[in-house]
Amino acid sequence: MSTKTETGAANRRLGEDLLVATDLQKHFPIRRGLLQRQVGAVQAVDGLTFTVKRGETLSLVGESGCGKTTTGRLLTRLIEPTGGTITLDGRDITHLSSGAMRPLRRDIQMIFQDPYGSLNPRHTVGAIIGAPFRLQKVKTEHGVKRAVQDLLELVGLSPEHYNRYPHEFSGGQRQRIGIARTLALRPKVIVADEPVSALDVSIQAQVVNLMEDLQNEFDLTYVMIAHDLSVVRHVSDRVAVMYLGKIMEIADRTSLYERPMHPYTVALLSAVPIPDTSRRDNRERIRLTGDVPSPINPPSGCRFHTRCWKAQDLCKTTEPPLVELSAGHQAACHFPENTTKLTIDPTGAAGSAA
Amino acid sequence: MTQHEDSLGGATPPRPASSGAPFLQVRELRVHFPTDDGVVKSVDDLSFSVDRGKTLGIVGESGSGKSVTSLSIMGLHKAGTARISGEILLDGQNLVGMAPDRVRQLRGKRMAMIFQDPLSAMHPFYTVGSQIVEAYRIHNKVTKAVARKHAVDLLDRVGIPNPKSRVDDYPHQFSGGMRQRAMIAMALSCDPELLIADEPTTALDVTVQAQILDLIRDLQAEFNSAVIIITHDLGVVAELADDIMVMYAGRAVEYSSAPDIFNSPQHPYTWGLLGSMPRLDRERTERLQPIKGTPPSLINVPEGCPFNPRCAYAGTNGDLSFTLRPEFRDVGGGHHIACHLGAEDRLRIWETEIRPKL
Ligand SMILES: Nc1ncnc2c1ncn2[C@@H]1O[C@H](COP(=O)(O)OP(=O)(O)OP(=O)(O)O)[C@@H](O)[C@H]1O
Ligand SMILES: Nc1ncnc2c1ncn2[C@@H]1O[C@H](COP(=O)(O)OP(=O)(O)OP(=O)(O)O)[C@@H](O)[C@H]1O
Ligand code: SF4
Ligand code: SF4
Ligand SMILES: [Mg+2]
Ligand SMILES: [Mg+2]
Repeated sequence: MSTKTETGAANRRLGEDLLVATDLQKHFPIRRGLLQRQVGAVQAVDGLTFTVKRGETLSLVGESGCGKTTTGRLLTRLIEPTGGTITLDGRDITHLSSGAMRPLRRDIQMIFQDPYGSLNPRHTVGAIIGAPFRLQKVKTEHGVKRAVQDLLELVGLSPEHYNRYPHEFSGGQRQRIGIARTLALRPKVIVADEPVSALDVSIQAQVVNLMEDLQNEFDLTYVMIAHDLSVVRHVSDRVAVMYLGKIMEIADRTSLYERPMHPYTVALLSAVPIPDTSRRDNRERIRLTGDVPSPINPPSGCRFHTRCWKAQDLCKTTEPPLVELSAGHQAACHFPENTTKLTIDPTGAAGSAA
Repeated sequence: MTQHEDSLGGATPPRPASSGAPFLQVRELRVHFPTDDGVVKSVDDLSFSVDRGKTLGIVGESGSGKSVTSLSIMGLHKAGTARISGEILLDGQNLVGMAPDRVRQLRGKRMAMIFQDPLSAMHPFYTVGSQIVEAYRIHNKVTKAVARKHAVDLLDRVGIPNPKSRVDDYPHQFSGGMRQRAMIAMALSCDPELLIADEPTTALDVTVQAQILDLIRDLQAEFNSAVIIITHDLGVVAELADDIMVMYAGRAVEYSSAPDIFNSPQHPYTWGLLGSMPRLDRERTERLQPIKGTPPSLINVPEGCPFNPRCAYAGTNGDLSFTLRPEFRDVGGGHHIACHLGAEDRLRIWETEIRPKL
């Protein structure tokens, strides 16, 4: 197993830490009344510690509202953290002013969740993709127009699309425009928030492949936010599973999918519908009941205890720390699964009895 | 409802089928929308049927006409916007051309729909409970108090916590997943004989999705309803559907039993769908195989086979794919496809080119 962590990312020869989050926290204040006094806080992100290695793809997964987008916006410094630190390439960027941040914006870019909402409908494709050059006052060898047309070709669109408007494109093409825009300044890190979930299945694969090609060509590092666990397995080197603002488990892809340790991960994997009619009846699923609790008043102790089938009294009172249980595999649970040498049928999804 | 109270997954005898004919039969359905740019042929010559107690899964490209088909069955296209022809027989009664009042009376009890967008189906100004009560009382002559108790029971069954107090909440006070479940409660309030679920779980997390799918399964077992489930997620149809219809550009391109569609699909578009999707139940592949190109315009549908601009096998049979629309036909054992490829070609391509890569 110890070799696995090395093959995942380090294969790319690029494996040193590029982006490091330590105890990262974002609490959104809730204000009420005339005086707008703070009456509470949404604990959207509550103490995340993880690293992203150069050249790898780290995915953040978890249910709606668990803080994935907030984490992405913190990493790209679109919002200010309320605690913790972020370093990029060894430099602390946690509280850089927007002026000091400007040159770094080139290095870390975000692709947004909604391919429709994030492109200004009144601007041409040329203006949209060219904007980063103008904002950053970047000089291009053959002019901005030429640079934009090169980018269009790079993402599989035609240079003739330069003067067209977003509404003239399909969802997949719009997502390509968004990707071309983020690539304009040759970033080191791209935080991609659900880059394919709004797309049709047949188009999803086109965009996934494009992102892989670009990663190889430019040694890009991706932080991928997604909820489709099949897509996540395909694209990721490592995966972090979040629940209510915290990381429950983080591991390289193979260990996470074959030997999930946190009960929440086990439940997530067992709930994925499998496109195979023959296993309809013999899959054993773990059904979680109830909704994700509110991040305003998260449960005491382990945040997952209200839905966990393994919960004991200890879980209600004491928060389990995120600790390394095997090489490169961390989980936050008092009673983790798969800690023995037991192996699971890799195709059986977790929790399968087959 | 009360007599079924304790029978979730239990042994209530199924409702007897009224005759041998399928409960829902759609024949040569066409739904066209005249627009400034031309006529949008959203559904073009579509035929299928669903028996009581059975589930039909409809999958297909975004914009292929899945929602338009279900809205036609429910009689929910705005008057004057759609040109609808063909037949939609619900237990033998043709809904096409039926007076809107009469169709309205069928909604709720004989057929109900779970919509793609839960907000569009719930009224923001009324509490969740009052909307279920109203839906229930259209078909059941009961007092408000009885109907309210029914609403609480339903919310409980779809997994809303504290249903007694949440019944008085407004839709916006529910989370996305809870709204979806409340809408399902509303759709199920009169034990519909036909339930159409249009992307019932797309916006939901996998754990909630699993709860909803269980619920649909249980209710169907209990009431022997016919169910149509529309989704992009091939995993969802594999779990739920008896039969699967694959749509492309307003038409059916393949139809068969669910195991058949997954184990021996015969249409190039279906191959493409299966190949483009990463699968948790297989070894991880290095590369996904997308379907090239983009979905077709429904105003200028390509000549011949609508899939030809994106099909790798379009030239296999001379120029047939470009000139002649392939007929949707039975190629054996009820397996239908619309493709010019001959049986030998299909088998060879599937066995040698497609299956090894899935
Ligand atoms: N600006 C804000 N003010 C207050 N609360 C916020 C704000 N932004 C996010 N939140 C809350 O923080 C929590 C995390 O939100 P976030 O958008 O990060 O979730 P997510 O994991 O991206 O979910 P999804 O999968 O639905 O996109 C949610 O409860 C959300 O309502
Ligand atoms: N009222 C309308 N006027 C004009 N065109 C329409 C109208 N309603 C639907 N269409 C068109 O009909 C086609 C089929 O739409 P439909 O909503 O049935 O697609 P779908 O298969 O449900 O797609 P999705 O998977 O994205 O939900 C689309 O091209 C759509 O733009
Ligand atoms: S700590 Fe307890 S409640 Fe939390 S995941 Fe582990 S077993 Fe479940
Ligand atoms: S008819 Fe021709 S273009 Fe259409 S699916 Fe068959 S081979 Fe492809
Ligand atoms: Mg998000
Ligand atoms: Mg639809």
